[in-house]
Amino acid sequence: MLHGMLTALLRGLAVVLGVVTLTFFLLHLAPGDPVRRLLGPAAEPAQIEAARHTLGLDRPLPAQYLDWIGRAGRGDFGSSIAHGRPAAELLGEAWPATALLVLLSILLSWTLGIVIGALQANTRRPGLDGLTSALTVALNAMPGYWLGMVLVMVFTYQLGWLPAFGAAGVDAEFLSAGGRLTDRLRHLALPLLTLTLIGLGGTARFSRAAMRELRDAPFLLAARGRGLRETRVVMRHQLRNALVPVVTLLGLSLPALFSGAVFVEAIFAWPGVGQVLVQAVQARDYPVVMAAATISAVLVVAGNLLAEFLVTVADPRTRDAAR
Amino acid sequence: MRRASTVWRRLDLRSRIGLGLLILVIVAALLAPLLTTIGPDVQRDVAKTRFLAPFTSDIHQVFHPLGTDRLGRDVWARLVHGARVSLLVGVMAMTVSLLIGVIVGSAAAAGSRLARSVLLGVTDFGLGIPRVVLLLLLASLWQPSATLVVMVLGLTGWMPVARLVYAETRSQLARPFVEASAALGAGRLRILLRHALPNGMAPVMALATLGVGNAITLEAGLSFLGLGVQPPTASWGTMIASGRDTVVNAPWVGLAPGIALVLVVIGCTLVADGVRERR
Repeated sequence: MLHGMLTALLRGLAVVLGVVTLTFFLLHLAPGDPVRRLLGPAAEPAQIEAARHTLGLDRPLPAQYLDWIGRAGRGDFGSSIAHGRPAAELLGEAWPATALLVLLSILLSWTLGIVIGALQANTRRPGLDGLTSALTVALNAMPGYWLGMVLVMVFTYQLGWLPAFGAAGVDAEFLSAGGRLTDRLRHLALPLLTLTLIGLGGTARFSRAAMRELRDAPFLLAARGRGLRETRVVMRHQLRNALVPVVTLLGLSLPALFSGAVFVEAIFAWPGVGQVLVQAVQARDYPVVMAAATISAVLVVAGNLLAEFLVTVADPRTRDAAR
Repeated sequence: MRRASTVWRRLDLRSRIGLGLLILVIVAALLAPLLTTIGPDVQRDVAKTRFLAPFTSDIHQVFHPLGTDRLGRDVWARLVHGARVSLLVGVMAMTVSLLIGVIVGSAAAAGSRLARSVLLGVTDFGLGIPRVVLLLLLASLWQPSATLVVMVLGLTGWMPVARLVYAETRSQLARPFVEASAALGAGRLRILLRHALPNGMAPVMALATLGVGNAITLEAGLSFLGLGVQPPTASWGTMIASGRDTVVNAPWVGLAPGIALVLVVIGCTLVADGVRERR
């Protein structure tokens, strides 16, 4: 068990290091120069040279790389070229918004998805299964940015119920505490609904398949034969076994969820990490892109490790297999 | 032709719906010039022909079944011509992924221990990279174009294929018929290419079908962020992106390509489900 966890941890570290290295060289070799963008078209060549020297961008690339690794290892991600503020501070302000959105949507889409999938797998009415399956297939097929756009069309422009942009209204500072909370929730509604609906389709489809495979399993028949109540059979025996592949998928879907969040944040101007990342890539803001790439790689690896751990919780048999 | 009809008869209802959807879209894309009265990029008196609602005719007596966009271009013409770009990009990207994935996966399954751990290590490493970060970086490396999108999507999408091919080939290689053909004197390469790979191909094809839908969606996403196919070339992504700016006064501009995209992805999903469950 301990041995397995250590190898998994080392493998995760290697992945993070690889991602960071790849990002660093791709980013620095890409055309486009942050200094030119910073100084504008009127800048003299001498000014550009001076700025490059101050930022350390005139040094050889491997030296810059080693320097970055050394400082990042100590938690120093440098300062944003475009904003002049520490990159860690920029991301530090952005991550709560992304975390709120992503965590809430995981919670909603996974609980709802598992419940819907379980109902579909066990229902005796084929019509209900067919109808909800058509719905989950359609939801699963929708790109997040398009679904977001359609929801804005309906709820913001047609019905006028919900705001479409940002995380708070311009007048949020002047509202009472209760008013500010309502304001935040109203701004959260559409991005959250978008991410949840997209996730819901895939989760429901997957858990339906996992539950269905077990529907006629002998151990369920045995459990029923021993006179266990149906809810207990479903919850303790069928669901728990079906959750093993579902939980594995949860870990694997974290990167996809992160990318979905990037697009959804772009649509709703949600002030999160995705927004910062897209802007930083476009501005070639090296320190900020590197910091964001590092954090997202760490999150993805941590998600996979968490999923492996959750599988051993759900399925005791894998504890021996993992040594 | 007889073969096609036997294949059709063997499919369940779900796969028939899916296949029907895909054929419909492919035929519309192939016949695009015949199905439209006006080119996808034609713009005339912009102020008088823009933002026309669906099912209206403009001052030039041209009928617009899906209306016009902000430059007065016919949305239906852009939709079917854009289908060519989007479908081609999706299929080509998946072909690149499939080629790399099959080579890496089968080499890992049939190769030596060292080859296996190296290839699987590379695959797992690739799976661990957040795809969007890589997509954003690669897409901004060179001048955005359809070819670049194909390469970028292909190079970032082969890892699940490799994993699946590896697992399938391993399980096929352990079966008695492999032993039998080895006893008959077949070489490793022949066993791999003639026996193990073809037998394990059904789930791989299911995954590839899903991957085509996924690639089309991602192409649209990249174009949406301005990193994919470039305007004025019509692709569903560029259409959705331009529709986003006119959500208030011309919602049909963004709705039409999105619905087309969802239909294609649904088609891919249904076909893949059918292939997978038939095993």
